[in-house]
Amino acid sequence: MNVFDIVGPVMIGPSSSHTAGAARIGKTAALLLGEPVAKADILFHGSFAKTYKGHGTDKAIVGGILKYDPWDPGIRTSLETAQIQGICVNIHTGTIENAHPNTALVTLTGSGGATISVQGASIGGGNIIITKINDMEVYFTGQNTTLIVMHQDVPGIIAQVTNLVAAGNANICNFRLNRQEKGGIAIMTIEMDSDVDPSLVSEIRLLPHVYNTILLKLG
Amino acid sequence: MKLKYNTVEELVEAASSSHKKISEIVLEQQAGDMESTIEEVYATMESSFDVMRQSVISGLDETLRSPSGLSGGSAAKLKKAVDEGKNHYGHLLGNAISMALAVTEFNSCMGKIVAAPTAGSCGVIPAALISVMDEYDLPKRDIVMSLFTASAIGMVIAKCASIAGAEGGCQAEVGSASAMAAAALTEIFDGTPQMVSDSCAIALKNTMGLVCDPVAGLVEVPCIKRNAMGVANAFTASELACAGIKSVIPADEVILAMRQVGQLMSTSLKETAEGGLAATPTGCRLCRQIFGPEACSGE
Repeated sequence: MNVFDIVGPVMIGPSSSHTAGAARIGKTAALLLGEPVAKADILFHGSFAKTYKGHGTDKAIVGGILKYDPWDPGIRTSLETAQIQGICVNIHTGTIENAHPNTALVTLTGSGGATISVQGASIGGGNIIITKINDMEVYFTGQNTTLIVMHQDVPGIIAQVTNLVAAGNANICNFRLNRQEKGGIAIMTIEMDSDVDPSLVSEIRLLPHVYNTILLKLG
Repeated sequence: MKLKYNTVEELVEAASSSHKKISEIVLEQQAGDMESTIEEVYATMESSFDVMRQSVISGLDETLRSPSGLSGGSAAKLKKAVDEGKNHYGHLLGNAISMALAVTEFNSCMGKIVAAPTAGSCGVIPAALISVMDEYDLPKRDIVMSLFTASAIGMVIAKCASIAGAEGGCQAEVGSASAMAAAALTEIFDGTPQMVSDSCAIALKNTMGLVCDPVAGLVEVPCIKRNAMGVANAFTASELACAGIKSVIPADEVILAMRQVGQLMSTSLKETAEGGLAATPTGCRLCRQIFGPEACSGE
């Protein structure tokens, strides 16, 4: 926690949890997709489902999908902007088992056919936790500079990735690996104390058995 | 001495022993923690302050209305009375209250604000600081620096109790904002670090027990007017502390008591819109009007 977690974030109102947090969940999903969004399917659960219209949670999450930060006034007109850009947006409400009251499940399809589903919870003060990617359990907040590496579960891959991180002079403050099954698809989430050179991402992408890598830092 | 933000006493001791202001120590150490320079961290805080100032200006627009229709335009009404000399409690207080309304109404209208510490309590700190800055023509640097003291108090409250209405009720949101504002004001007016602590304690004592009961679950009724109360309470607390009046209960004990009161509070009174004002006949009627016949959970 630092001073800007308390006096901050700068954000479009009205609710840090229902607006700023929702925008961050949307943006995380768009970054993870890694190509322009063609279709967005959004499921709101709990308090998000009950009050999304009054809080502008729909505008905020679509704003995030357009890669707006929580303070971007474009959030107010994001639904119109998405329509102009030809993005097909579907919003549903429903129940997600064992989920935090402010949870959204965002499923995106890209213009190149890629898909990703991201489940995130807005836990107060604009802070979020991403809890699932493609139905796989993960856990990261985006508060620290975070590398998300999707890869095949093979021996030595963690060492190869973390060696590159070390060569980039970054200190890892949190590391987590989740996999569907032994040898299957896995996701590494690596949180670091400081910013890193974006070239690190392209170096990791070149490693064998790595499908996708993104560098996430939520403002 | 490395600050851990576990107690207010730690802040007071660090500042007193080094003959510095709390804000100076906090800024120095935060720059180190963030692997950044003092100038960069100050500049980020200054840009947040600039957003606060702009939100006051934008929120004074008399035509503002929130999407729910529940709020907008009251800041402009009070500002008009103040400008015409028709308010009764002085220029500074009238202005401060109208600024608190302005920022929170602008927030309800999807305006750009600084959560301080939350969006629901975003009016208190800007109103307290900007009204005083304008009234006494104070240098911007003093005001921006005071935000580091406010943040330090907020971090202690967040660590030891809570700043979320869903966890601690409104005492944790507007109460915390009011205590942070009081601390900042006391430092601005050259109060000692101990006086900063006393003003924080007094402000938080005065809001203890305040529940979070938003009508229709929206950050509008009663949040907007509670922000106005929050700034008046910050003035009261800082005025008392700067006159040398101590808080009988020390700030750290007040914070822990606030945590306990939050835990004892029924969940129906913690941002669920199921109790308090949200459950009044009018509150339920408005909720149904906005979200449809099945919407009200307060009855």
